[in-house]
This record gives sequence, C-alpha cells and structure tokens, in this order.
Amino acid sequence: MKDLLVVWDERELLLKGIEATVEIVSISAILAFLLGLFLFGILILKIRYVSPAVKVMIDLMRAVPFMLLCYLIYYGLPSVGLVMGNIEAGILALTIYNAAYVAELLRGTWAAFPPETIEAGQAFGFYGWRLVARIIAPPVILDSIPMLGNQMIQVIKDSAFLMIIAVQELTYAANEIQATYYVPFASLLAAVLFYWLLCLAVEQAVGGMLRVAERRR
Amino acid sequence: MSEGDILAIILGAFNTIAISAIAIVIGTPLGFILALIRWGRVPVLNGVAAVLVSLLRATPSVTLMLLVYFALPTINIEVPRFAAAIATLALGSMAYNCEIWRGALIAFPKEQIEAAAAFGMRAPQRLRLVILPQLVRSALPALVNEMTLLIKVSPAVAVIGVAEMTRAAVRIGASTYRPVPPFVVALLTYMVIIGALVLAQRMLEARQAARAAA
Repeated sequence: MKDLLVVWDERELLLKGIEATVEIVSISAILAFLLGLFLFGILILKIRYVSPAVKVMIDLMRAVPFMLLCYLIYYGLPSVGLVMGNIEAGILALTIYNAAYVAELLRGTWAAFPPETIEAGQAFGFYGWRLVARIIAPPVILDSIPMLGNQMIQVIKDSAFLMIIAVQELTYAANEIQATYYVPFASLLAAVLFYWLLCLAVEQAVGGMLRVAERRR
Repeated sequence: MSEGDILAIILGAFNTIAISAIAIVIGTPLGFILALIRWGRVPVLNGVAAVLVSLLRATPSVTLMLLVYFALPTINIEVPRFAAAIATLALGSMAYNCEIWRGALIAFPKEQIEAAAAFGMRAPQRLRLVILPQLVRSALPALVNEMTLLIKVSPAVAVIGVAEMTRAAVRIGASTYRPVPPFVVALLTYMVIIGALVLAQRMLEARQAARAAA
C-alpha cells in the first residue's frame, strides 16, 4: 500500500512516460501503415528488380529481433554519418520494422481476393499505381482492419524496447521510479496496466471501425 | 572483431537458444492447460484465465522481464537471472499458445468427440487418443510461428543482464567502437536459428502429409 502511494507521488513521471509512449506509437504506427501500403503496392505491381528486392528486405526484417534493429539504427547509423536523437531513432526503427509486417499482411489479404476485381478495374482503364490506389487498396485495407489492429498492439509492445536506447517512455519511467524508491511491484505493475489499457483501447477502436466498415459495404 | 569476440557471440547464441527452448517447452503445455480451462468453461477459472491471457498479451516483454526480476524478491522469492528470464518468456508464450490451442479446439469437429463418447471413451481418453494427435497437426504452423516470435523477443532478457546474443554483440560493439560488424554477425545467427525452425516445421508437415497419403 505504501508502495502505491510512492508511485502516486511520482505520477507526473509516469504520465510523462505514457505521453511519450502514446506519441511515439501514434507517429510510428501511421508512418508504418503508409510505408507498408507503399511497399505492398510495389510488391503487387511486380516491378522488375524492385519488387523482388523489396520482398527480400521484408523477409529479412521479419527474421530480425526488434531490439537488434534498435541497436543497429541507433549505434550503426552514426558510423555511416547519419546521427539522430534517440526518439527519432526509435520512431525510425518502429516504422521500418512494422512497415514490413504491414506490407506482408496486406499482401496476405490481397492473395485471398478474387482476380475479377482487378480484371474489372483494368477493363475500366485502371493500371499501375492508379489501379492500386483506387481499386485494390480500399477493399484490402477494409478487410485487413483486425490484423492492422493486431499490428498496432505490436507497435505498442515493441515501443517498450526503446528504453534500451534511453527513450523516456512508459517502461523507462516505471523502471526509474522502481530503481529510485525500490517499489518494483507497484511501479512496473502500473506500467503493465497502462499497456493493457492502451491495447484494450486499440481493440475497442478496431471493433468500432469494423462496424463502420460493415455499414459501408 | 577478434576470434574471442566471435566466440562470445556464439556463446550468447547458445544462451539465446537454451532460454528460448526451455521457455517454449514450459509455455506450450501451460498454454494448452489454459486453453482446456477456457474451452471447457471451467467456472471461475475460465474468467481468471481470460483476464490473465488478455493482460499478458498486452504486456511488453521488457516490462514483464523487469517486473518478474525486480518484484519477486520483494515478496521474498529470490530468483536467479536465468530463471527469471525463462519464466518471463514462458509466461508470454503461454498466453499466445493458449489462444492458438483454443482456436484449434474450437475448430475441432464435434462429431468425432461424440463418436468417441458413444464408443465409451472417457474424457481423458478422448483428449489423449482422439483430439490431441489431430490438434497438434492443425496447430503446428501457428505454434512454430509463435516460437519464432519468442526468439525475436528473447533479447528482452538482456535488460536484466543475461548474456544472450544481442547483449554480447552490444558489448563487443562498445569495446571496439565498431558496432556494425558484431550486429551483422548476430543478425545472421538469428536468421539461421529462425530459418532452422521454419525448415523443421516444413519437414515435419511433409512427413505428416506423406504418412497421411500412405
């Protein structure tokens, strides 16, 4: 009980961490979605040399632990002359890592689509990126909403890894309080509950979007 | 990078494999037990399992790692790093495996269970002789997928100082001031480990398919 009061007294630090987590996750999730959509377009347009190269990059990304990618970007990029802050490095890592998964899950949804949609689109004169943007992407995105929601939860969970490059997000803040006052159970449990709340909020949002999508069908 | 550095990464890789393997061996059957509790709608326990799974699935491994390692001593349970690392990964894997097993159980054809009951088989017999053999086959791809995910979050154990592969690579990078080569070696090693797992799954599936055809 005393421990909980200590955490309550330090709520400012914890709230700052939550704010940082929400901010980083939102920015990264939007960027990862856009980049993933773009990579998906490249994959299905079957551009010579480019599409196979993107496929290899995506497979590579999916075999790498996120924490290793974090280190690689934060410590590795300066050696090729690219220096950035830890928050920027964190957002970059979250974005490219999850974009690979987004592209792959969109491709998976698209693979289950009947070819008639595309043939009809082509018959109406849609080709290339216009075909992707106007005909293929909208239904594929709608059908992928649950999986995109899962990926969003993955972004939230991956964001905790950013504490290792000293990004002051939720886990970092909870660990600070834990180390300063030695209240590990209360402070880290508070963090866990906030992560749970964030994930439940995402699940609620996904449910709401599904209802809207169903009505528009 | 010296030969000693490469050796350190390989030693780290062995730790990564050992921790992940033990966590999988513990987490997979625990997940199955949770799935049975939820599938059978065991009163009270069903609700507890549902909340536990939802909570664990939303918790980042790093956060859970810190919680397990630092909070257990406050209730007078001293755990060595290695055990805390395995417990954390096994807990996460248990939650994901529960959902996989539960999905497979829900999809399992009811007629077979009813037929087995009609032949006088009791519930444990039905589970062991009828359900489980087929369940393993249908859940295998998802289970292997979850194992690769577990290996990918296993570097989280480095935050409490377990000397696994990523940590070894970081230390070498810091001492030689050239971070990229050890990271690349670690990266390739992860790809080999994950690739081997996926390959083993494909071989197992091919063998099952061959046996089913024969």
